[in-house]
Amino acid sequence: MTRLGELERAAMDVLWDLLPGRADGLMVREVADALAGRELAYTTVLTVLDRLAGKGMVRREREGRAWRYRAAASREAYIAQLMLDALDLGGSRDAALVRFARSVTGTEAEVLRAALIASGEPSPPADPVTPADPVTPAGPATPADPVTPSAKTPKR
Amino acid sequence: MTYALHFGLAVLACWLTAQVLARSTWTWRSPRVAILCWQAVGLAAGLAAMGLPMALGLAGYDLPTGSALWALAGELRRGAWPAGVTALQFGLVGLGCGIGVVLFTTTLRSLHSAVRAQRRHRDLLTLVARQDPTVPGALVLDHPSAAAYCLPGVRPRVVVSAGTLDLLDQAELAAVLTHERAHAQERHDLVLLPFTALRRALPWLRWVRDAHERVTLLVEMRADDKARERHAEAPLAGALRRFAAAGERLTPAGTLGLGDHDLELRVHRLLESGRPPRLVGAAALAVTTTLVALPVSLFLS
Repeated sequence: MTRLGELERAAMDVLWDLLPGRADGLMVREVADALAGRELAYTTVLTVLDRLAGKGMVRREREGRAWRYRAAASREAYIAQLMLDALDLGGSRDAALVRFARSVTGTEAEVLRAALIASGEPSPPADPVTPADPVTPAGPATPADPVTPSAKTPKR
Repeated sequence: MTYALHFGLAVLACWLTAQVLARSTWTWRSPRVAILCWQAVGLAAGLAAMGLPMALGLAGYDLPTGSALWALAGELRRGAWPAGVTALQFGLVGLGCGIGVVLFTTTLRSLHSAVRAQRRHRDLLTLVARQDPTVPGALVLDHPSAAAYCLPGVRPRVVVSAGTLDLLDQAELAAVLTHERAHAQERHDLVLLPFTALRRALPWLRWVRDAHERVTLLVEMRADDKARERHAEAPLAGALRRFAAAGERLTPAGTLGLGDHDLELRVHRLLESGRPPRLVGAAALAVTTTLVALPVSLFLS
């Protein structure tokens, strides 16, 4: 992992772990304090947070002359997003991941999608999941092409 | 007209070859050769699909398609309406060019959206995936569902979920990681890309769907072979079975676990382990190479 990547991760961890008590977001100074062990310059932290905002992973709101930052979605929501990609349930094959095998039950698929929706995070790119029919346990099947078993990546 | 006939025959030959390839089971024993064959058929079919309307439109020139195109372009550049080319024929030439442009741009667009989606996926992994001493070199996602995949790219990432760590023993896990690294090393994502693109462009075309599914399965089998070379059959087959079983765990009776069929095929193949059919493979390569050579030579002559 690059140093920048590592810093982004550390900053997100601060936002996720400190935020429950601070629903309004954290100031750059507060994030820098939480990362005190790393002896980072204020501007470094600012850069990292701005980069994260640019990627849409952090939201910021102006407060007076400063900004308050908070995570755009929870850690769980991001994991759910990755898992939907990983299990090819996102309805988009854009990421072109190659999987070992896919094994997921209808229930698991629903839980994953629910995690996304609950977080208010826009579902992953492309067609938002269209749960073909929430009742069928096979639902996770494949939003895109219901018929083809091997369609995506062979695994499954 | 002869040239159009040639292209027509090439289209037909591609279709027939694809039918045979899709039904053959030797391909499972030589996945790499079979993948090459599919790529050749795909390329040949694309070229022939472009060439057929072009050759029809250029019939008046009585020249090979390549030279005739050149002649037509020359006349157009001089600002003259090409003699002996009706509007309909001109339209056919345009159609051929259009098919080429569509094929090319869909592939390019697929590549573009893949790169974007992969960058986003990589960014998210940086934020939430962790390293784990039990799977050196791979990333772990803390989620109870079982998943193991490869994020392709210049610096590929192999990712497994916590559910997978629970599901597999050490040997099985090692086999799965080798399988995923094989995907990354051989850039199977790029192998699949044109087929995925085509499928997205022509979702109603069964032929395209079949080709995509076949190649997808073959790519898995190829990675299975790489894993088998290093870890023997048993752990890999074990991992596949566990994945299949995990999928069925909560699936109500009457519904199939997803993709069970492919998983079973792969397990079965591992345990059977026949010799790669060299003769059939060589013959198939020869046929498909000829398929590509036909339209290419028509365009170049």
